[in-house]
Amino acid sequence: MNININIDPGTIILALFYLVAAPLFGGLLTGLDRIITARMQGRYGPPLFQPFYDVLKLYEKESIVVRRSQNIYILFFLIFTIFTGGLFFTGGDLLLVIFSLTLAGIFLVLAGFKASSPYGHIGAERELIQILAYEPMVLLTAAGMYMVTKSFFVKDILNFNVPVIYYLPGIFIGFVYILTIKLRKSPYDLSTSHHGHQEIVKGITTEFSGPALGMIEIAHWYEVAFIMGFIYLFFAPDPLIAVSLALLVYFLEIVIDNAFARAKWQVALASSWLFTLVFGFSNIVYLFIWK
Amino acid sequence: MAYLKKSPWIIHYDATSCNGCDIEVLACLTPMYDVERFGVINSGNPKHADILLITGGVNEQSKSVVKNIYDQMPEPKVVVAIGICATSGGIFKECYNVIGGPDKIIPVDIYVPGCAARPESIIDGVVKALGILEDKRTKMVALQKKEGI
Repeated sequence: MNININIDPGTIILALFYLVAAPLFGGLLTGLDRIITARMQGRYGPPLFQPFYDVLKLYEKESIVVRRSQNIYILFFLIFTIFTGGLFFTGGDLLLVIFSLTLAGIFLVLAGFKASSPYGHIGAERELIQILAYEPMVLLTAAGMYMVTKSFFVKDILNFNVPVIYYLPGIFIGFVYILTIKLRKSPYDLSTSHHGHQEIVKGITTEFSGPALGMIEIAHWYEVAFIMGFIYLFFAPDPLIAVSLALLVYFLEIVIDNAFARAKWQVALASSWLFTLVFGFSNIVYLFIWK
Repeated sequence: MAYLKKSPWIIHYDATSCNGCDIEVLACLTPMYDVERFGVINSGNPKHADILLITGGVNEQSKSVVKNIYDQMPEPKVVVAIGICATSGGIFKECYNVIGGPDKIIPVDIYVPGCAARPESIIDGVVKALGILEDKRTKMVALQKKEGI
């Protein structure tokens, strides 16, 4: 049997570059986020490299587990999150990217259930609800991009002659709305109970300490880089405009994070689906009729 | 490396405090003092925390909680007793149900006296605790090397 796999050396270099650059970018953006958040609250805020100090510290700590296997799930969460971004940044299939992202999310949920703590359990259930809330919109985004560019491949969408946002303004609004869930920002930081909200201690991450928690943080950096890439895709092909608009969207998320109190899960689910239906689905219907 | 010193995460427990010291602990997080400048986060989860801040003396009801929180924290960890009640029991020392400071239950590394302890002295106590935290880490690493882990 002769299987011939042709991988372009450019793709390999791009993938390796992504492996190193994505967590650096994600970590720096998280650090900047913490500074801007502090300034919005009238505080000075931590150093820019604080997220890196945090993770390096976590690797100096002891690892306490309830069950040994719980950290294996976290490892798979990290691997599939990296895989998601890797597929995306090497110009892969958008549908595969989305399902890989979901799979990574499911591994985090499994880890939360596996740790068998009441807080972890509630956190994992809330994470499932969050996946339920954002997943339809993410799928509609892929469908919308396909309807405009006639391709699911990121590299084709990237090289489309006009920015896809011209055809997908509704989908973009819906996508930005669910970003609040994906970036774990208030009002929808339900499952990890980020920041000072401690009513379920730290939700899904409660039972993870030391290196395992470090892995969750690193996975989040990769996720942030992937999400920023996704926003970039809406505004491609002009890199300068796309990058600045992607950063502007992230700034908007910080403002939302600081301006809103935590919402209940019912609100998160209902409003996400409402936005998906009103902005996302109507955009699809419009494209369907207009094309 | 000494990243522990750059990112000390805190858990705060009120053993029997009158809330005077608790308010001062929380004041450290406000814009006036902003301990997040030094990477300090009030985590609320013992498994994420490096420093345990205890306010108030320990009584029969809170002793098991103090022990439990301490046991759940991953090594290396330090304990800072804040306020005069947490250093010795303070004015409640002679009460029938008060055992004394948290050092009767768990090892305490730093004592921050005061009634209530001022935010400046609490921050000072935490900074001193960082030195001890680093010592403990060095010892932990040495022990791990010795045992071949």
